[in-house]
Amino acid sequence: MSQSRVDADEVRHVAELARVNLDDDEVEAFATQFADILEYFDALDEVPEVDRESDLVNVMRPDEVREGLSQEEALANAPETEDGFFKGPRVS
Amino acid sequence: MSDLNAFITEETIDGESDGPLSGKSVAVKDNISTKGLRTTCGSAMLEDYVPPYDATVVERLKDAGGSIAGKANMDEFGMGTTTETSAYGPTKNPVDESRVPGGSSGGSAAAVAAGEADLALGSDTGGSIRCPAAFCGVVGIKPTYGLVSRYGLVAYANSLEQIGPIAPTVEEAAELLDVVAGPDAHDGTTRDEGADSDYAGAADGDVDGLTIGVPTELVDGADEGVVDAFWDAISELEAQGATYEEVSLPSVDHAVQAYYVIAMSEASSNLARFDGVRYGKSGGYEGNWNESFASAREEGFGAEVKRRVLLGTYALSAGYHDKYYAKAQDARAWIKQDFDEAFADVDVLASPTMPVPPFELGESLDDPLQMYLADANTVPVNLANLPAISVPAGETEGLPVGLQLIGPKFGEEQIIRAASAVEQ
Repeated sequence: MSQSRVDADEVRHVAELARVNLDDDEVEAFATQFADILEYFDALDEVPEVDRESDLVNVMRPDEVREGLSQEEALANAPETEDGFFKGPRVS
Repeated sequence: MSDLNAFITEETIDGESDGPLSGKSVAVKDNISTKGLRTTCGSAMLEDYVPPYDATVVERLKDAGGSIAGKANMDEFGMGTTTETSAYGPTKNPVDESRVPGGSSGGSAAAVAAGEADLALGSDTGGSIRCPAAFCGVVGIKPTYGLVSRYGLVAYANSLEQIGPIAPTVEEAAELLDVVAGPDAHDGTTRDEGADSDYAGAADGDVDGLTIGVPTELVDGADEGVVDAFWDAISELEAQGATYEEVSLPSVDHAVQAYYVIAMSEASSNLARFDGVRYGKSGGYEGNWNESFASAREEGFGAEVKRRVLLGTYALSAGYHDKYYAKAQDARAWIKQDFDEAFADVDVLASPTMPVPPFELGESLDDPLQMYLADANTVPVNLANLPAISVPAGETEGLPVGLQLIGPKFGEEQIIRAASAVEQ
């Protein structure tokens, strides 16, 4: 079951979803390892349905302005900036 | 300093006032933000990242008079059980330099065991404080979820992780926990229980009348020498007035699966922030956004991080979410229930911290599943949000064995008291 579930194409597909480029060797190694790991995860099928904690409550605070980083501090670790903005590659 | 490679960055910062940690040096795991001091998370992605602010725990230890001894080596983003997935090379175990120190807080534990720092801070997502404490023969505490602020901790799996202390003795670990515990407005998951704590005062060695439960699932199958050392420690506690009984936690047989599905899923989301734009390695400006992002992450992440991000993406993807993530959450609820039931009858639970002695360097790197299975005794605690301590309990073939004591929610005093008796 697991052997057919993960092949090289599937690893490439997931890597694309996760935005991680892989070389061919990594794809091959991951396909084998993922088959083993996912087969091991199959044991979760045996877990009974359990009542989850029902007494969870949201912890909220008033939405008030607080001290934060300065623009200079926020930009300090960016590989490239321009006119006080982060510089990224084109979006499409 | 020695060549253990316990530190990624060996810069020191002095404490800011007099307090309980005056004169103490603290190794800080390199996923905990230190203002002005490089914080890499053991990753090439953050090779040049210098945080513009201190984590809450770092502020607190500086206010308490502690100095920072340096930034301790770790598995990349906390993903590993040996400190070998660090982009800055493995840390050696000071007890036997051919062995791993455990992980992921291996640099923190090795620094304390070798005397390169008086104390250390680590983080524990699935055993990352307790495992290296056990392998290096020192004490490590994973606090109850919500006891210690995670503000400034670079996230790997936020629903599971806590910052905690590593020290040569239970009392010193408890002193550092007293300094860092307590509510923080910057972390909405913190609770009031740690305010004005006196955990160090609980290290009095008094176990008269204490009831200890031993979950058979966490002892069966462990290495023989580890099991012998474990039962010797339980006998010592009995001699001091404690009693033990065997208990069963059937759900923990699914804990490793549940832990890895949840941790990987959270990791795939948390690590999406590393796009090479605001910080980290740039993917360049040649292609479009997606191509640049994917190339930054190819370059910046090591194999174990890619593995977990991809498996997490897979587990959350359409068609697989119910099979993996939803079932893992069921298992997590089941494990919590099992622990609650056990604590109706006993004060603390005990097991070997690690089922095996420290691996040889390089032994487990090629087989990720085998490495995951070594976390069998530590991950149930994170899934159940409980506190646990690892305290040295003898040796097997000259290598340290750790005893794990697990307490009920916010039962830090109970496990500290019991662990201090093991030291006597």
